[in-house]
Amino acid sequence: METVKKDRSRQYLNPYLGGVLLGLVLIAANFVAGRGLGASGAVKSVIVAATEVVAPTHVKNNAYYAEAVKQHPNPLKNWLVFEMAGVLIGGFLSGSLWGRLKLKVEHSPKITSRKRLIMAGTGGILFGFGSQLGRGCTSGSALSGMAILSLGGFITMAAIFGTAFALAYFFRKNWI
Amino acid sequence: MGPLVVNELISENTNLLLGFIIGIGFGFVLESSGFSSSRKLAGVFYGYDTVVLKVFFTAAITAMLGMLFLSLFGWLDLNLVYVNPTYLTSAIIGGIVMGAGFIIGGFCPGTSFAGASIGKIDAMVFIGGLFIGVIIFSEGYPLWDDLYTSAFKGSPKISESLGLSDGMAALLVILAAIGMFYVAEWAEKKFPREEY
Repeated sequence: METVKKDRSRQYLNPYLGGVLLGLVLIAANFVAGRGLGASGAVKSVIVAATEVVAPTHVKNNAYYAEAVKQHPNPLKNWLVFEMAGVLIGGFLSGSLWGRLKLKVEHSPKITSRKRLIMAGTGGILFGFGSQLGRGCTSGSALSGMAILSLGGFITMAAIFGTAFALAYFFRKNWI
Repeated sequence: MGPLVVNELISENTNLLLGFIIGIGFGFVLESSGFSSSRKLAGVFYGYDTVVLKVFFTAAITAMLGMLFLSLFGWLDLNLVYVNPTYLTSAIIGGIVMGAGFIIGGFCPGTSFAGASIGKIDAMVFIGGLFIGVIIFSEGYPLWDDLYTSAFKGSPKISESLGLSDGMAALLVILAAIGMFYVAEWAEKKFPREEY
């Protein structure tokens, strides 16, 4: 019984089918909202909203926060925040369907959990910083940008994947 | 007809509700494609699992073609769809920083939420990192103001930059994607891994 369960948790959609479905979700986003999918924008909105509560004058004095509030006077009532809340539910539904709900640190047997978590945190900091500089992450800038044929989307995509490939050799012990 | 909210066919609140439902679809597809696992995601950079490349480019060409056809049928006005502005310097440097974050952290922002939703603690720590990274950028903003806003090129489409029609540019992207799918299938045979 245990092995059957284990096998099921390692089953995934055919990647090309998954890609077509993701493409349809992206079309729906553009058809409804006139914009693509995104992820890092939701993180930014939550930070702007929290900073506004804790330090409202600081938001006025910081050009980056001030611009964000000017564009979205109520940062939590933001399309990306609702969309990312949905992502957590959609991921949870899929994970429960396939028996993949489990609290764990996933890492290569060659590294410890502790090292994996340090790397995950470091990678997150870099990705968070880069997503603001690049005006969107893999979802908002690269994928959604490419779908609408945005030049910037193609450039960001090439820079993200090109850099990750170029650095892969140096971080191979973390993965293989 | 579309985009619905821009043409005021639905209210702003309905738009948010639909955004929530679209997000559920987004999260479901990410997780069921295996994007909740950092070891599957990182596989593309070593060739043993190229699910990232296949899903990403299939999604991009599906959406690209779908929107071109919707526009052709008059169902979606592409002039009203948001096209990301191109700031050359920040797009490249931001992309480089994100690429480093990807190979070190094993997730990107969207996939880390999919991972966290099924209990991956490494994904939750990655999300914590995202918050710190965004705060560092925002708090230190005056320092990279110039970098952030330099080399502004407007919101060009790749078709305009190449002097092609949208359809011809789309065809080239599709051909490039098919080429990459071949390389991906070859790589998975060349660098197989049993357990990961």
